[in-house]
Parts: sequence; structure tokens; C-alpha cells
Amino acid sequence: MLSSRRLILAHFWLAFAVFGLAILLGAWQMWVRSPFSGWISNPEWYYRSVTEHGTVMGYVFPTLVAMGFGYAISEAALKRPLIGASWAWIGFGLVLIGAVMATVPVALGRASVLYTFYPPLIGSAYYYLGVVLVVVGSWIWVALMSINLWAWKRDHPGEPVPLAMFANVAGSLLWGWTAVGAALELILQILPVALGLRSTIDAGLARVFFSWTLHAIVYFWLMPSYIAFYTIFPRAIGGKLFSDTMARISFVLFLVVAMPIGAHHLFADPEVGSGFKFLHSVFTAAVSVPTLLTVFTICASAEIAGRLRGGRGAFGWIAALPWQNPLMLAVAFSFVMLGFGGAGGLINMSYQLNSSIHNTQWVTGHFHLIFAGAIVIMYFVIAYDLWPHLTGRAFADFGLMRVQLWLWFVGMIVVTFPWHYVGILGMPRRMAYYDYADPQLASEGLPVALSALGGLVLVASAALFLFILASNQRGSRTAPDEYRFSVAVHPPTSVPVALNGFALWLALMVGLTIINYGPPIVQLWAFDGVAVPAVYVGVER
Amino acid sequence: MAAPPIQQESEVVTARAERRWATVAVAVVVALAAVAGYAGIYHGALPQARVETADPTTLHLAGEFAEGNLGSALEPDGSVTVRAVGQEYSFTPQCMVVPTDALVTFRATSADVVHGFLIEGTNINTMLVPGYISQLSARFTTAGEHLMPCQEFCGAGHQGMWAKVKVVDRATFMDMSAKARRLSCVE
Repeated sequence: MLSSRRLILAHFWLAFAVFGLAILLGAWQMWVRSPFSGWISNPEWYYRSVTEHGTVMGYVFPTLVAMGFGYAISEAALKRPLIGASWAWIGFGLVLIGAVMATVPVALGRASVLYTFYPPLIGSAYYYLGVVLVVVGSWIWVALMSINLWAWKRDHPGEPVPLAMFANVAGSLLWGWTAVGAALELILQILPVALGLRSTIDAGLARVFFSWTLHAIVYFWLMPSYIAFYTIFPRAIGGKLFSDTMARISFVLFLVVAMPIGAHHLFADPEVGSGFKFLHSVFTAAVSVPTLLTVFTICASAEIAGRLRGGRGAFGWIAALPWQNPLMLAVAFSFVMLGFGGAGGLINMSYQLNSSIHNTQWVTGHFHLIFAGAIVIMYFVIAYDLWPHLTGRAFADFGLMRVQLWLWFVGMIVVTFPWHYVGILGMPRRMAYYDYADPQLASEGLPVALSALGGLVLVASAALFLFILASNQRGSRTAPDEYRFSVAVHPPTSVPVALNGFALWLALMVGLTIINYGPPIVQLWAFDGVAVPAVYVGVER
Repeated sequence: MAAPPIQQESEVVTARAERRWATVAVAVVVALAAVAGYAGIYHGALPQARVETADPTTLHLAGEFAEGNLGSALEPDGSVTVRAVGQEYSFTPQCMVVPTDALVTFRATSADVVHGFLIEGTNINTMLVPGYISQLSARFTTAGEHLMPCQEFCGAGHQGMWAKVKVVDRATFMDMSAKARRLSCVE
């Protein structure tokens, strides 16, 4: 049994608690800007809410899930207690303090700058310091994952690193490096202005720094879900992982190509030239390769399970899969959402098509489908799978879990498909109010209303999820077996050095970042006269 | 110790299936990049190529974005240049007028924070970042009115930042240009 159970449970509970609060804000936002609601009496409340929803869902919730799951993987895959558990508690404390420190000024209306910061808008320094603390806390986790891997390798020379730990460390290293962009923006640019040491800021350079973080952070969110695809799902449905090598290649590819592609968020920006935009566009296309490899390997693994269960023929194995199993259901839903979301993503990253949907509700629909849909539904089943090993109590009823997953899937489709549609019509993002009485906006009313109803379905699903976890505390005591990960059809006996460590991939990751980000950053740094006066929010002017 | 032959055979099959799929995946990506490159170079479908700067603190005093120079200008070659400024929480001009069947170049910047420049029903969509000039070209084929919301959060009044673009037929635009050097919907 896992020895750091309290540590892991603390991470998951805090993650899901803040998720439960932030989803209420999200549903309120959808309602208040829909035709169901009239003029919001104070639009500033809306932007407070968007800032808090984004800060929690983007920075706090997925980071805590990755940390808690990471500690569990380290203990279960390496089969030894976590090294540095007291440091891990310090990291947890920093995330908690940071989250509170960021939330208070947002709630008071002193930091309605949205979680993407948008300088030269400048809010309370406490907001940014809170976000920095969350990141610093997570960097302790990044360091602990590498330390635990290093200690295990020292004691097991030449042995293949267990796939789950290999992927886990890849995800932690990706986060360690991708967070540097936003950290540079905060420390070099925003905080000096927020603290009153400077009064001007280069908004273009700040946007470039943020784009460094903005895309790869999505792959950090995604890592726990991909780890579950490869190392939990095949075991849970009674099959085997199709290929251990392909899994390792996918994870190192994410490490290398998730980073140097963020400028595709800046296609419409005037501060970066078209050459580097094209370069980033090409690399963004390349990041679809590890996902395509994953879809193949996981479907092949499911086929193995289906055939082991007696499925025959070209499609008979699908019917033979254990559809009663929440993990089976969640992975199927996740793949459907990943398929639609990925197709939309190809449009976003397209050098030409992007302009027809840039910064419209399409984009909001896209990242909710990918993150809140394909990724978060896997967070749910990771918790379901891990929970009995953490609490020592069994779940009584899988039926409720299936209902919860169905609600999330249906809710997410109802929320995001109309969002994509009104985006194509040109509906801009992040507005507290839309005048649906305007003839040119009238056709957006119905889809927006539908989408807001979908938001209520998601709230119901989230409440059910929290209820299922909480009622596990009253479940019957069990002594769960050792927590196991999937076994490959051909378990690796030896792995090439390159796929058993990260030296080569880290060098490529940093090198490509320097090539793709170095020249634009140096160019912008050298510009004169582009530092613009800060515009302070939340203060009397 | 040699693996039993049956296992070796299944490993060969596995590896072959994987290799085929990986080849297809890479080919798809290369094709996507090639299409984007072709459309970019051959059809000139590119984002703004050059980086130009403009100091937001002196925009109103002199130069290209001084108030008297904003609006639509007929160029000697028959094309039209529209200059605009975004600020919390409006655009200047608040209603732009452009002709059909002419090359229209939008040049815009921000006087304060980051704004967005999106003409609904078209692919005209760019960011206004203070300190920098955004430029893009378009050609309108039919007369009519388009909404032009700011598509980027710019502060507590963001939801009120909507402008309009009025497309008039070419002859009407020429008549208007004969009377004024810079045009907007209000004459």
C-alpha cells in the first residue's frame, strides 16, 4: 500500500474542492451572459469571476492533480516510499497559500486582469505573488520527481525505468521549463510595475513571454490523462499495453515539441513577424504526432483486451469491451472529445484559418472541449481508480460513477458545440453582456442559451463526483492489493539509454526553445519606445 | 537466452503496424505544413510580415494616428487605407466606411491597453497591442454593415466596445472622397 496516502489525498481533495468552487463561477458566467439574464448590474463582477475561474482551473486545479498523482506514481511504480515527503508538504503549503493569496484580491476586485494577465493592465501585486507561489510550490514537486527517479536508477543500474514514472518525470520536466515563460513575464515585467517600482511595460514582449507558457501548459494539464491512458487503462479493462517503446517515444516527443510552438497564439499579433509565426505553426503541426501515436497504441491495447474477452471479427472486439467499467467509458468519451477538440485545434494552429476564429467563442469552446472535456474526465477516473488505495475503503457502486461520467460528457458536448458555432459567427470572447436584441446578434441567442443549460449539467456532474468521493469515507474497509500499472505485451527487458532518461530530450527542448523564442525576444528587447504606461485596475482613478 | 519464435514473430508484427501508423502520422503533418507554406507564399496568405512601432503616449499629438488623419483615405492608386485607434472603451472612428471592389488596408493601433479588431462576417481579425501597429488587407465584395467588437478583454467596460464597418458601393465612396480627405460614416 502507498505510504504517503495523506499527502496524496490532501493534494487531490484541495484540487477537487477548488474545482467545485470554480465550476460554479463558470456556470454563473455562462448564465449571466446568456439571453436568460438581462443586463448585469455591475459588469466588473463578471471579470472578477472570469479571473478566478481561469486562475483556479488553469493554475491551481491541474497542478495539484499532477502533483498528487505524481507522488502516487513515484511510490507505486518505483515500489518505495517517496523521498522528500516533508518537502512535498512544503510544496503543498506553498500552493495553498498562493491560491488564497491570489484569490483574495480577485474577490475584492483588485485584480480583474484575467488569468492571462494582459499587461499593461496591472492589478494588485498580491495576485501575481500568489500565482508565483503556486508555481514555486509545484517546482518543489518537479525537483522531487527527478530526485526520486535518480535515486531509483542509482539502485537499479541498467534496468528500464517503469513507464509510469518515466512519463510522470517527463510531465514534471515539461512543466518546470514551460512555467519559466510566465515566471519571466511576472518577475521581469509585471511585478516591478505592480509594486510601483516602474510605471511602464512592454506589452508585446510580455505577450511573447506568456505564449511560451500558454501552449505547453496544456500539455502539462494533459500529462496525467495520457499517463492514465497508457499505464492504467489497459490494466483496468483486463488487457495489455500494445507497446512500451511507443509510449516512451510519445512522452519524449511531448517534452521536445510542446514547448517551442506557443507563438501560434500570436498569429494575429503585430509584435512578431510572419517568419517565426510560420516556424511555430509547423512545430504545432508536429505536436499532433505524439497524440496520433497515442490514439493508435491505446486503441490497439483496447483491441487486445476485447479479443482476450472473446471478441471476434473486425468490430466484434469493441462490443466485447467492459463498458460497465468507468475507466472504459471515460477513455471512450475522452477520445471522442479529443477527436473533435483536436480537429478544432488544427484550425486554430493553421497559419491561415486562424484569422476566421481568432479570439472568438470558438477558442473558448475549443479549450474547454480539450481540457475540461478530454483531460478532466480522465482526472475523475484517475481519482476513482486510486481512491480505494488511498482511503482503504472500497466503492460500493459503479453505477453512480457511470452516471457522473455520462453527465460530464453530454454536458461538455452541449456546452462546447454551440460555443464553436457562435465563434464562427464572430462572437467575441469574455464579454459580460451581449445585446441579443441587435438583429446581427439575434441568431446567437439560441445556441448561447443551449450552452448555458449545458453548464448546469456540468455542475450536476461535478457535484455528483464530489459526492461519490465523499461517500467513499463511509464505504466498507478493504485491504487493497498493491497498486499496479499496465503490463506491456512485450515487457521491456532493456531500453535504449535515450528512452530511459531525459538528457537528450531536455537538451532538445531547451535548444528548440532558444531557436524559436530567442530571436523574437531579443528583437523585442532591443526595441526602443514600446514601453507603454501601465493601466491600473481596481483602484480609484 | 533467445525468445521463443512465436514471441519474436508477434514483436515483428507489432513493430511493423506501429511503423506504418507513425509514417502516416508524419506524412499528414508534413502535408499540413506544406499546404500552409504553399498558401502563404503562393497566395500571399500570411499574417502581418513586418513589425512596426508607434508610441501610444504621443499618438494624439502628431503623425499617422493623429485624430485628423484617422478614417478612410483614398490613395492615388485607387486603393483605400483605413486608419483607426482603439482605446478603453471605443474605436476611433466608431463607424468606418469602406468601398466594395477595392483593396482596403487597415492600419490600427491602441492608445492604452491590448484590444482586438474583429470585423464580423469577414476574416479580418487582429490584435491591437499598444506600442505596435497592426496592418492587414481585405477586399469587400458586397455592400452592407458589419459589427466590429473588441475581441480581447481590455477592462471593466470591454462589453461595450463595439464599432461598425459600413461597406458602400465604389461609386458612392468616390463621391464621398471628393468632399473630404478622410472619411467615416459621419460626414
